[in-house]
Amino acid sequence: MTFDEKYYNIGFLDQLSYKKTFVHGLDARTKLIVTLLFLFTVISFSKYEITALLPFFLYPVLLLTLGDIPPGFILKKVALVSPFAVFIGIFNPILDSTQVTVFNGFAVSAGWISFFSIMLKFMLTVSAALLLVATTSFPGVCHASRQMGIPSLFVSQLLFLYRYIFVLMEETMRMVRARDMRTFDGRGKGLRVFVRIIGILFLRTVERAERVYYAMLSRGFQGDMPILKSAHIKPADIAFALSMGVFLFVCRFYRVPEILGRFAQEVFS
Amino acid sequence: MHMADALLSPAVGATMWAGSIAAIGYSSKKLKDNIDHKTIPLMGVMGAFIFAAQMINFTIPGTGSSGHLGGGMILAILLGPYAAFIVMASVLIVQALFFADGGLLALGCNIWNLGIYPCFIAYPLLYKPIAGNGHHLRRTSIAAVFGVILALQLGAFSVVLETLFSGKSELPFRSFLLLMQPIHLAIGLVEGIVTAGIVSYVQKARPELLEADSWSRPPDAGVSLKKILIVFAVSAVMTGGALSWFASTHPDGLEWSIEKITGKGELAGEKNGVTRSLQELQEKTAVLPDYNFKSDPKEKAEEQTAPSWPGIEAGTSLSGLVGGAIVLIMIFCVAFGIRLTRKKKT
Repeated sequence: MTFDEKYYNIGFLDQLSYKKTFVHGLDARTKLIVTLLFLFTVISFSKYEITALLPFFLYPVLLLTLGDIPPGFILKKVALVSPFAVFIGIFNPILDSTQVTVFNGFAVSAGWISFFSIMLKFMLTVSAALLLVATTSFPGVCHASRQMGIPSLFVSQLLFLYRYIFVLMEETMRMVRARDMRTFDGRGKGLRVFVRIIGILFLRTVERAERVYYAMLSRGFQGDMPILKSAHIKPADIAFALSMGVFLFVCRFYRVPEILGRFAQEVFS
Repeated sequence: MHMADALLSPAVGATMWAGSIAAIGYSSKKLKDNIDHKTIPLMGVMGAFIFAAQMINFTIPGTGSSGHLGGGMILAILLGPYAAFIVMASVLIVQALFFADGGLLALGCNIWNLGIYPCFIAYPLLYKPIAGNGHHLRRTSIAAVFGVILALQLGAFSVVLETLFSGKSELPFRSFLLLMQPIHLAIGLVEGIVTAGIVSYVQKARPELLEADSWSRPPDAGVSLKKILIVFAVSAVMTGGALSWFASTHPDGLEWSIEKITGKGELAGEKNGVTRSLQELQEKTAVLPDYNFKSDPKEKAEEQTAPSWPGIEAGTSLSGLVGGAIVLIMIFCVAFGIRLTRKKKT
């Protein structure tokens, strides 16, 4: 991914969070808690679990459709970050070659099963995290975590970070473009130039931070970021959290796909 | 190097989260006592700086591959350990949320691996003693290189331990370690050189930035040599002991020993409870026992010798597969239905 693409990616995710749908309207705390609960439930499954994980796709799919988020965008992002999980997981089929019979006669090594389990969990957890930002916005998540007890110094600093990412990235993008235009065939992209660029970027950053600080002081900054919108837990939040809680509980403790499969076999036989 | 959710077990994830949250709380408190309002925006902007800097690639000499800045150590040098840790944690949070680097549950691990080690171990114990008061350019550079290497080695070692204790990967301890440590030695060397370069650039251009930042440093940042030696000795004995213990047992033995360890913990207890209730449930819901395929004797023998085999039985797999397909089709239908009704509305 080039620098420009990365930059527009963040911007796009930010834009998505300004939509007005049912999911976007839910309180940030609700979504944060439900997402964390979802993540814990998913990774609590044993390493050979595949079928019981499938019902959990309902949650990201619901958020995608109710929140009107383009699925292709999320899928692409999930695929982009997969290398680490694949890299670690791919050793399972090689190292764990215990044969397991899936149907009569058809055997797979247990390693493949645990590999697929890792990949499923990976898709579920990553898409859930991305969808949290896409439907809640980063400042929303920050304020929610402040209300839930994260130190306010940490949160205000996070909010500053988020604001200035866009400013600094544009500056960086210009520098990277300038470097790219002056380099040919990889020459000039080495350490020496890189260090200079970062050094200049740092100095500019510090100077900008000073100007930002004085500008804020003159507008009455007192060490904290105030919230304009007061957040309330609405009945819709409670309903969403409860139904998701029940859904997670049922899918965790009852093997829904197998029960359904048995039922289907009974019907069609 | 980012730890991923999918490789974690809840117990490990929660433990690392607890540790990282505690460190964030402690650092925030320390900072609140020591700084003025000016620092908070500066920290935020510095986080954005690291974020932007990480996106600039450079070619690593000799290999043709490209690398980027990690950031923990350079932050510690420029801001002091407490502020640096807070900034690093925030950078990782943004990365986890926007680039899905790692994931939300693994965030605790990542903050620990990439934040704690450079800020609270490599910086005070290695960088500070070697660099001294920061006036000597060569000493600062050497200190930066070694500091980054140490921080990355510790981070890589933690990734290995976290993965192992989670038990999702089959990689045996030794080969995983042999895979991770040398790679991160190379990465650390390159990043150390970059860090040293940036520090010396800043020192030449605006030396007051490196000195005037005492606001976020505790007054006694310089630790005595004696303390360092003690810490090193203790950690050497600990890692040595752990290494020989792991190395002497073969991979299966390791898995077994980890199971033994976690078997006493909460997690395994819960797992047992779940599997037991699942078995009961399976007995109850077995409407069609004939559909359970007979497992051949070899498979049975394996099941007996390998008790760590929950969930998968030959008989239940077919119904599981059918049911799984049904579930996926149902989810798809739900999504499609929502889309359709929305289109009708608009």
